[in-house]
Amino acid sequence: MSRLMIIAEHDGKQVSPNTAKCVTCASQMTDSIDVVVFSNGAKTVSTQAAALTGVSRVISVNASEFDHPLAAVLAPQVVALAGDYSHVLAPSSSFGKDLLPRVAALMGVTQISDLMSVEGDHRYTRPIYAGNVVLTVEANRDEPLIATVRVASFQAAGNDGSASIAQADPQPISGSHTRFVSLERGNSERPDLQSAARVISGGRGVGSAENFSIIYSLADRMNAAVGASRAAVDAGFVPNDMQVGQTGKIIAPDLYVAIGISGAIQHLTGIKDAGTIVAINKDPDAPIFEVADIGLVADLFTALPELEELV
Amino acid sequence: MKILVCLKQVIDYQVRVQVNPDATGVVTDGVKMSINPFDEIALEEALRLREAGKATEVVAVSIGNASVKTQLRTGLAMGADRALHILSETAIDPLTAARVLLKIVEHEAPGLVIMGKQAIDDDCNQTGQMLAALWDRPQATFASELLVDGQTARVTREVDAGLETIEVDLPAVVTTDLRLNTPRFVKLPDIMKAKRKPLDESPIDSYGIEAANAAQALNYAQPPERKKGVMVDSISELVEAMKQRGVL
Repeated sequence: MSRLMIIAEHDGKQVSPNTAKCVTCASQMTDSIDVVVFSNGAKTVSTQAAALTGVSRVISVNASEFDHPLAAVLAPQVVALAGDYSHVLAPSSSFGKDLLPRVAALMGVTQISDLMSVEGDHRYTRPIYAGNVVLTVEANRDEPLIATVRVASFQAAGNDGSASIAQADPQPISGSHTRFVSLERGNSERPDLQSAARVISGGRGVGSAENFSIIYSLADRMNAAVGASRAAVDAGFVPNDMQVGQTGKIIAPDLYVAIGISGAIQHLTGIKDAGTIVAINKDPDAPIFEVADIGLVADLFTALPELEELV
Repeated sequence: MKILVCLKQVIDYQVRVQVNPDATGVVTDGVKMSINPFDEIALEEALRLREAGKATEVVAVSIGNASVKTQLRTGLAMGADRALHILSETAIDPLTAARVLLKIVEHEAPGLVIMGKQAIDDDCNQTGQMLAALWDRPQATFASELLVDGQTARVTREVDAGLETIEVDLPAVVTTDLRLNTPRFVKLPDIMKAKRKPLDESPIDSYGIEAANAAQALNYAQPPERKKGVMVDSISELVEAMKQRGVL
């Protein structure tokens, strides 16, 4: 019988929406879904995980060393629990991408990265070549399935579950060769970029860090998260955690508004699952207009204040 | 300290990749191949560490068929001291690659292994973490800053929440993100010089590696393209169109 384990992603206070999306993916594989929460006593995280629709059981493992998710510390802990499971999933976020290959290698099994759909028993699709090709794979049935889930491909599970919460003791802690020093967070006042229903992004065309205030202003008006193209991040307008695209965040909001973004392939990869794409750019030949549902050729510095008035 | 840099040959990032007619792979005939851009960043970082006196030797390694020698020669021209070519006629999965690299690491005993966070062909993002696991050493993935100080390294990592800094004991595996550095251009005299640098070849079979049981590739397909929508002439029309689509 198949039993599936999801490694919960959280920040010590809230379970990440990425975990809720993993649950949706997992529900297409089996009815037996456990969520494992490694934390330093984060009770609310376990409670929230237990409420996710479809979860059978939450296993809470606590140690002060779990305060920050270090792959070298967590991987042996995951391996110790994984023996009971036929499937182990984690989100394809920086958390899951860092951790799960270490788990897979310790178990001596391969990993499937960025699983984007479940096509049947052990049959899945995943994007390769920056999303320009979709590969269908069939995993080996004799080994546990270890996979990261492309969260933009799945809706978050609901919150009407009532799974039990079990406590488990951690294994002896290893990985002292790796130590957390600090985390410099981006702005957290606005909706989370990865899970927001609306995202307003600015690109090189915005021109400067100061000019980004017109993007923030519109975003606040529309209760949207703020993103950016790689060009805007590389130019130093905004921090890296706002980058949308193949090497940044891959998102699927209901509404994506691209301001002053030309639309390089690697950026389009990050937004191809968006519901509606709106683009405003002064260059009529910008590639972003080839994928935008609604496009407007205009100077963003005159267009945005006007748009802010009307929404 | 010796630094081992892993270079993977990939289809050049500027090529528009096409699925082949029988959907069993992508078209590679006559297509430009390059060093995986993230691996190029890894090599650049190793060279800078050597130039700063933090490392004494930079060794480039690649696994692949005879054609990957071209990328190794480019690596030597960039400044690597020598290169290792593990000859494999067939493509291998990340776990098998990590097992081969472990053998190399055990033989070369580097203080640092640097490679790209992912290859831009299969986008797996696994090999560095897997090598670190098998080697039982630290991993610092998605690095945007790398400071080596004696027996430790301080690495700033690009994570979803922002920038995380960790400290790792050496030896360790570091995987690179885009903003770590901008790789140098290769100069013509260096290409000539690179021809005289050592490039050792050994067949993958000589390492006695058990190939991992990787998932079977069934089908390659081009994803459905988004269609071009409507162009509007003013903000008021834009707002009207957004309302019609129910997003306002």
